[in-house]
Amino acid sequence: MTEVAAGERPAPARATPVLEARRRRGGSGIGRTISRASFVTVASLVFAGLGLAWWAATRFSLVQPIFLPSPASVGSRLLFLASDGTMATDLGASLYRIAIGFLIASALAIPIGVLIGTFTTWEAAIEPLVDFIRYMPVVAFVPLSILWMGTGDGQKFLIIFIGTFFQQVLMVMDNVKRVPADFIGLGRTLGLPDRKILTRIVVPCALPGIWDTLRISLGWAWTWLVLAELVAATSGLGYRITVSQRYFQTNTIIGYILLLGGLGLVTDQAMKAAEAVLFRYAKRGRS
Amino acid sequence: MSEPKLRIRGLNKSFRAGKIRTQALRDITIDLGQNEFVSLVGSSGCGKSTLLSIVAGLQDPDSGDMAIDGSPIEAPGLDRGVVFQSYTLLPWLTAQRNIEFALRAAGHAAPERRRIARDHLDLVQLGHCANLYPGELSGGMKQRVAIARALSYRPKMLLMDEPFGALDALTRQQMQELLTEIWDKHRLTVLFVTHDVEEAIYLSDRIVVMGIGPGRVTATFDVPIPRPRPVEVLESGMFLDLQRKVLRAIRESSKRLEPV
Repeated sequence: MTEVAAGERPAPARATPVLEARRRRGGSGIGRTISRASFVTVASLVFAGLGLAWWAATRFSLVQPIFLPSPASVGSRLLFLASDGTMATDLGASLYRIAIGFLIASALAIPIGVLIGTFTTWEAAIEPLVDFIRYMPVVAFVPLSILWMGTGDGQKFLIIFIGTFFQQVLMVMDNVKRVPADFIGLGRTLGLPDRKILTRIVVPCALPGIWDTLRISLGWAWTWLVLAELVAATSGLGYRITVSQRYFQTNTIIGYILLLGGLGLVTDQAMKAAEAVLFRYAKRGRS
Repeated sequence: MSEPKLRIRGLNKSFRAGKIRTQALRDITIDLGQNEFVSLVGSSGCGKSTLLSIVAGLQDPDSGDMAIDGSPIEAPGLDRGVVFQSYTLLPWLTAQRNIEFALRAAGHAAPERRRIARDHLDLVQLGHCANLYPGELSGGMKQRVAIARALSYRPKMLLMDEPFGALDALTRQQMQELLTEIWDKHRLTVLFVTHDVEEAIYLSDRIVVMGIGPGRVTATFDVPIPRPRPVEVLESGMFLDLQRKVLRAIRESSKRLEPV
């Protein structure tokens, strides 16, 4: 018995239709899927390739170490920062800020988004205003936020809030508007009052979409957090990056940037995993 | 015929798109007798679904009266069970829970809800699917759950808007047989919208043909085929003859009254 690698098929004995033959030849086409194993392999190869290019660039001195330190230097610097407690302190401060800032934004955005997605009067009152504010660059609020709130945690919450809340409101509104009209019709034919249609039909129906909105906006919240910490802070990951710039510690900067990317990836995957558990029915529906 | 179950008198409805006002329904007058199965047929755009939606209370007419057992219809309510073409099973609830959802709205207590839901799943031969989510059911199964749900809270009548329109021919046939079986067991007044004349004849006691431009009643046919109706009646001379007549009536009433 010969072993067959994932994604490959044993050669059939007889001539096969064109499509089957093309599939055996492999490669990608529109709408064609590849196996999970091949997907992971390709993704890992890209990471490994980029890492190798980085290593080669420093190993053969194509770039000065002060601008681009070697992977080993970044790694050992991260290990050092982790062992002396600096990283834990920075991470703690940043995680606290993003947690509170993001919670405040989401806690307000979800009910308001549901409201304006359901009742046109509320939409008229809020949607144009939110759309207007949404186009104001968050960066421009940083100086103002410092004048208002100083450089403490409150100012970080404010920047995260401005950066995520207005986007979230509109996305939640959209999630709610996607609830099929017939579902609402069903609620009405069952004689349910608006309040119960909202809580028993609209919100549960929009929930998977709202969860997705939270997942996407959490990614943006990281960006605004680091921005706020870069400009004015006395702790946090962004603060450490600014300090390192002063001392030309590019290994710390690159290490922390990689760390931020990793944190984003982990939270995103965690939320996706939670989604698969929370909304199992939706996944079954796709089959 | 004594007091009709559903009485529709002089119903008018128009829609506005920009500055143009189109009359969708003109002077619709229909009576449905107690336990009568009536189908509305007509080419698309004749307003048959709009009429059903108005009877359901989901849209308001411009003028006209409607009453069930003499009491006027002003809003949607539990006295009319509605089955939509799009199934409308809530995807986050199992088949059983979808039925219980309606029973809860109708004010039944929890243990009672479980029992009634169970019985109605058995009625549509889906007792074994109680714990499956809509995403795990086929189109025909979903519609059977939706019918079970609409029957479960004992409405005075059933309104069905092309319920089998999205199903394949074989499943549709099975659903029609199931529906006649249920109807034979639980006599119920039904207003059924379809564009399939064969389906209309097979299921109905009476067929109302609607014409377009504006939507209006143009002809009515009694279906004198005795019940129960085995599938073989579909090939009987009487059936085919009636089918021809209804189709001709639809064709003739599809010519617009007003020049386009």
